Amino acid sequence: MAQSTNDHPLAEIRNYTMNFGPQHPSAHGVLRLVLEMDGEVIQKADPHIGLLHRATEKLAESKPFNQSIGYMDRLDYVSMMCNEHAYVLAIEKLLGITPPERAQYIRVLFDEITRVLNHLMWLGAHALDIGAMTVFLLCFKEREELMDVYEAVSGTRMHATYYRPGGVYRDLPQSMPKYQPSKWRTRKEVERLNETRSGSMLDFIDAFAARFPAAIADYETLLTDNRIWKQRTVNIGVVPPERALQLGFSGPMLRGSGVVWDLRKKQPYEVYDRMDFDIPVGTNGDCYDRYLVRIEELRQSTRIIRQCVEWLRTNAGPVMIDDRKVRPPSREHMKGDMESLIHHFKFFTEGYDVPAGETYAAIEAPKGEFGIYLVSDGANKPYRLKCRAPGFAHLAALEEMVRGHMLADVVAVIGTQDIVFGEVDR
Amino acid sequence: MEPSTEQAGAGNGIEALARTIEARVSGVRRLPSLAQDLAFEAEADRLLEVCRALRDTPELRFEELMDVAGVDYLHHGREEWLTSGATRTGFSRGRELNAPPDPDMPGRFAVVYQLLSITHNARLRLRVVCPDTREPVVDSLVDVWSSANWFERETFDLFGIVFRGHPDLRRLLTDYGFIGHPFRKDFPLIGNVETRYDPEKKRVVYEPVSIVPRVLAPKVIRHDNRYEPALKAPELPR
Repeated sequence: MAQSTNDHPLAEIRNYTMNFGPQHPSAHGVLRLVLEMDGEVIQKADPHIGLLHRATEKLAESKPFNQSIGYMDRLDYVSMMCNEHAYVLAIEKLLGITPPERAQYIRVLFDEITRVLNHLMWLGAHALDIGAMTVFLLCFKEREELMDVYEAVSGTRMHATYYRPGGVYRDLPQSMPKYQPSKWRTRKEVERLNETRSGSMLDFIDAFAARFPAAIADYETLLTDNRIWKQRTVNIGVVPPERALQLGFSGPMLRGSGVVWDLRKKQPYEVYDRMDFDIPVGTNGDCYDRYLVRIEELRQSTRIIRQCVEWLRTNAGPVMIDDRKVRPPSREHMKGDMESLIHHFKFFTEGYDVPAGETYAAIEAPKGEFGIYLVSDGANKPYRLKCRAPGFAHLAALEEMVRGHMLADVVAVIGTQDIVFGEVDR
Repeated sequence: MEPSTEQAGAGNGIEALARTIEARVSGVRRLPSLAQDLAFEAEADRLLEVCRALRDTPELRFEELMDVAGVDYLHHGREEWLTSGATRTGFSRGRELNAPPDPDMPGRFAVVYQLLSITHNARLRLRVVCPDTREPVVDSLVDVWSSANWFERETFDLFGIVFRGHPDLRRLLTDYGFIGHPFRKDFPLIGNVETRYDPEKKRVVYEPVSIVPRVLAPKVIRHDNRYEPALKAPELPR
């Protein structure tokens, strides 16, 4: 509506709408944002989600309980075992069973390995979005080692289906797979790669945990005092603690705003109450504080991993509850014993019944509180399953966090929220 | 902000919390639950008042709304495959379709809220049943907890429950122009329409689904005697 003084009519200046995604490398998947812009400044942001909606919860209602464990991996597909954990905890709560101690330690160990995996993915992607390519490559180098651990224990690199109601699928392997010489890898290089793989899996994890703090220090050298990094993250996306609570934040998003809240400490599950670790907390609630919180969580997770490894080395025992209703008979029995064959067949086709009732089981997933609300009517399938995904509540707050910021800051805020569409859309 | 370190969820704490809620909040009724959980049901017309009290009472302080879930009780407790009735030739192994339940049954839809108190380290599950099944409506909680915004949009999208007073009640997860509410129990798992690219019309077309729905693992309820005490509970949470 500006009218120039020398009678040249200027175009009417008004906000314009811009589409961001769903095919955009920094949309972290399939986020579509409809942005209302005033020049370079965001006035309104309307996230359109659901492009990855697979109705996991409805699918789970049509299958016996154990067949949905694999679906949980595919929710937040960078913190696979944590999702499984919440689901099996909910079933265990309704069944009233507790896994053996060794299984609980294995679960804590793998929850923390998963947290490291997730935070490495987050750090690499977040830094790449803001323009630091090197960090991405360094993070993926370490991630690869942990992916090998996943593969050694469950047979797959990502979608493990390792946790089961009543324990874990099998005990930790006594050896790690090794690299073989090929025309791309010399014998000398293979020897270097296999150096830590000669012992058991616990030796391999221990060796990783021993050198990982040095890798974290490398990431920090590249970012923490980096001028560009600070310009892009300090005072961007500030959330005061009162708003963080109102918006249903959890995990590092809540701790970044200065709220001391971690389910591993406050409502401990499994053997977290025996672990010695600290909760890092931010002060300003901006992207930089959340970055520092997650970096420190990497260190604390390494501490927990070392404590678990130490315990698991000296304490052998069963990793699955001895309850024939939730545990299939061994292959050996199945081959030779008719009753076990029938049991095996019924277990994998019909499954087991869970007593009627409802419960909510929550764990501290790498992204925040991942919860499962489970309603059972006494049948072999869940009556209603609801996944409480931390990313869903965080993305809902995107508009509030980016309003008044520049367009380029949207990318920083999406990065700091650690969004994964598998869990947001479910 | 320094929250309490002891968990109100353990042992006696949960009973003390239940007594506090019963004393300080009116319009709620306790629901049976597992020993480590706490569940209440709110009267639909007093929901806002109840939630404000839960959030603002100093002994309660449920500052966070963690989750909102719709529940459709249409098929609750209904089996797909009865194996108890033996015939002359043995147990029937065919799938027996029971008479379809009444879609207008009262109390079919409910909304379940998961609340968290950071100050007192406590959790609470709050349920409200939609008074009218044909037009399920409950009050929106966006004014009490901002996080209710998307959670309620999702519940509206998937269950068709309308939240009175919601500022922006649009579909959230389903496709643009989607018809129906897919998480209702009478919505088929395979959906109603399928899409394909039509080379003649040169666009994607919607058609009725061509595959026949089938049940891979029938829903079976076995009255397991291990859970006998649970079955004998005076009133189960439905």
